[in-house]
Order: sequence, then C-alpha cells, then structure tokens
Amino acid sequence: MNNFVEAFKFIGRNGQVPGAPPLPSLVHLTLETLKIAGIAMAIALVIAIPLGVWLGHIHRGSFVAINVGNIWRALPSLAVLAIGVAFLGIGLGNVLLALSVLAVPPMITNAYVAVDGVDRDFVDAARGMGMSGWEILRKVELPLGIPLIFAGIRTSALFVVSTTTISALTGYSGSLGDIINNETSYHLSGVLGAAICIAVLALVVEFALAGLQRLVTPRGLKLAGREDATSAFVPIVGESS
Amino acid sequence: MTVVFAAAPVIPNFGGGSSQFACERANRLFCPNWVSRNWATVLWPALRQHVELTLIAVAIGFVLSTALALTAYRRHWVERPVLIITAILYTIPSLALFELLEPLPGFGLSRTTAEVALVSYTLLILFRNTLTGLREVPAEVRDAARGMGMSDRQSLLRVELPLALPAIIAGLRIATVTVISLATVASLIDNEGLGSPILAAISNEVFKTELIVAGGMAVLLALLADGLLVLLQRRLTPWTRARAV
Repeated sequence: MNNFVEAFKFIGRNGQVPGAPPLPSLVHLTLETLKIAGIAMAIALVIAIPLGVWLGHIHRGSFVAINVGNIWRALPSLAVLAIGVAFLGIGLGNVLLALSVLAVPPMITNAYVAVDGVDRDFVDAARGMGMSGWEILRKVELPLGIPLIFAGIRTSALFVVSTTTISALTGYSGSLGDIINNETSYHLSGVLGAAICIAVLALVVEFALAGLQRLVTPRGLKLAGREDATSAFVPIVGESS
Repeated sequence: MTVVFAAAPVIPNFGGGSSQFACERANRLFCPNWVSRNWATVLWPALRQHVELTLIAVAIGFVLSTALALTAYRRHWVERPVLIITAILYTIPSLALFELLEPLPGFGLSRTTAEVALVSYTLLILFRNTLTGLREVPAEVRDAARGMGMSDRQSLLRVELPLALPAIIAGLRIATVTVISLATVASLIDNEGLGSPILAAISNEVFKTELIVAGGMAVLLALLADGLLVLLQRRLTPWTRARAV
C-alpha cells in the first residue's frame, strides 16, 4: 500500500523524481497523450462517420459496415503498432496511422446501424412531407441515430486513449506510457502514478463524451426512453453471418 | 519493466556474425531463416502461452459473468451495480490496470496479475450480452415452456439459454478477440505470450522480422479465434440460419 502513497506523492510533484535529472512533467505527458489521441480520433471520425452514415442512408454495404468492421476490430492493437514500426519506423506517423486505423471500425459499424435502423415509417412520413434525401438524412435519420453513432465514437475514443499509452511499448516517446516503460528512472511509485493518471484520463474522456452525447441528443429521444448510462460502453456486434 | 529484458543480448535474436545472418544484419523486413531457427524456441512457445492465457481468461470470465447474468436475470436489482463496476473496469486502459494490480500483495510480475486484468475486461461484454440474450426470449415462449410443465430450471436450461445462445456467442467473440489483443500487452507483466517477442524485438534496436512475424501471428490468432466462434455458433444454433434463408 506504501507504493500507492508514494504514487500519489509522485503525482503531487508533477512527475519529478528527487535526485534524478528533470523529466517531462506529468501534466505535459497527460496533455500529449490527450493530443495524440485527439488527432487520431479526428482523422478516424472524418473517414468513419460520413462513410457509415452514407452507407446507412442508402441501405447498402451492410457486409462492409458490419462484417468487415467486426473482423477489423479483432486486430490486436500492440500487434498492429509493432507491424507498423517494421514498415514505418518508430515515430508519431506510425502511432497516428495505427490509432486511426483501429478507431475506424466501431464508428463505421455504429453509424451504419444507427442510420440504417431508423424506422422506415419515419422516413416515409418525411418523404411524404416533401423532404429531399438530404433533408431526411439531416432532419430525421441523423437526430434519431445520434445515440448509436455516439456509442461508436465513445467506444473508439476509449480505445484510442488506451492504445496511445500502449504505443510507448513500441518505442514511441511522448505519452504517459513513457513513464510506465521507464521504471529505472521513475521507480514503481512513478509507474503507479502514471497508471493512475491514465485510468483517470480514460474515465474523464468517457464521462465528457457521455455529457456531450446528452447535449446533442434531441429532447424527444431523451423523453422517449431514459437510456442506461452504461449502455453505450459496449460496441454493437452485428448478427454473425 | 526494463528488468525483464536485462538478460537479453544487446541485439536480441539478430544472429551471429557469419554470412549466414546477412539478412538479419541488414534488418530486412522478413528473414525466413530467422523464423525457422527461432520457431521452436521463441515463436511457438509464445503462441502456445498466448492461447493458454486467452483460454484461461475467457473461461473464468465466462463462468463469472454467466453466474452474474443468471442472478441478475432473476433479481433485477443486481444488474445496475454489476454494470457500473464492470463498465469502470472496462474503461481503465490495460497498461494502467496491469501496473495498478502489480504492487498488490500476491500479484507482482506474474501470470495471476495478467489473468486478473484480462478477466476483468471480459466481464462487461459477456454479462451484458448474456443478460440481453435472456431478456429477449419472447414471453410467449417462456409461457409455452411453463404450459408444457417445465420447471423454472428446465425452462432456463432447455428453452431460454439455447435461445440466448446467439447473443452469448456474439459476446464471447468480442471478449475473446479483446483478450487476445490485451494479452500481448500483458507480456509487460509476465513476459510470456506473443507480446514478449514483440517487446524483445523493440527493446534495444528495432528488429523487423520478429515484429512482423510475432505481430502477424497475433493478428492471425485473433482472426482464427473469431472465425472458430462463428462456426461454433452456426453449429449450435442451426435454426438462426434456417430462418434467414
């Protein structure tokens, strides 16, 4: 238990180890972790959401969106990072590529299922009111699909934060994983302190996105059914076929 | 965990100085000779350990979460606390969880630490899927089972659980590939499994062949496990396919 006390002292000192040469501060590494995760998420979002939403809107490509998504998700993150290092070398490029590649499938699958699964009666009603395809997408399908689309974004974001720290194991320096990978400099207390920071960071990201989801969910949907706070944690698995 | 690799040679597995190792010295993307030389001593044991780690974690996780799901199925109040706790466990990044468990008494740099963390990642997925599968059994089907004179237990074993199988196996699929992925990270803690050659290949100087082969084996293992579970589901629930046709 003493280790845990030391770990909190380490956090209190902002990651500096007495008697050792100054190391990057804990705040700096936490923000770097968040930054890398944020860039990777942004890249993946731009690819995955429009593609998933569009495929859902035209009700095509369920095989790509669901099955390929499920297979893709099976890729072990450390293995993808390692293979990337062999081809691209150690660096931010490899980390960002691996992270974006791994973040895409849950978002495509969820965005597809969200839009594809909107009750056809609503879509027909909207068409009857004279809405164009674009208006139906914007005013009917997207608002109704928000909870599921967001569930995919949250799954990916969590995964990206977690994998950003793992990237330290493949030699990339500049995230909280650096401390965990360098017990010689930081001692067990430092490693523990960094682990606590990573855990807190993941929980904060999760709760922030949950809050954001509540903000963008249309009021009608919120009234219709009080969604369980934990329901968005688990990605959708398409019926296997 | 630098300690773990302290015993490794400066350039691990690169091979000696003779011309036989030209490919390794040039660090080409793929040196088949290195693979055949190290298959029996490095790669195959790592693969076997990886499969063991995965099977143990998924089996324990499956038993625990099925017990929890069956309890929550009968007693509704159990659901919420279990969901919240397992969701928090699921949210904590693997690297952090391994390190957080390590200083606890009885854990340390051991397989126990790795397995406890791996099991904790299966719980949310398996619990939710099993419970949802059970809840989605139509009430008429349950009534029919009762009408045929089945006890609660018989109805559960012969009617409700079989109907929940597709959801249960879907959960097993995600849990299994998740564990295969995280077991590579667990090598940091117990230095076994396919993560261990990956970490060795990167600890001193990047050795490409080992990265590609060990990484590729982990990817193939995950795809194979996923595929086998799909086959298992088709085998166990033939009616889902009959309906689809």
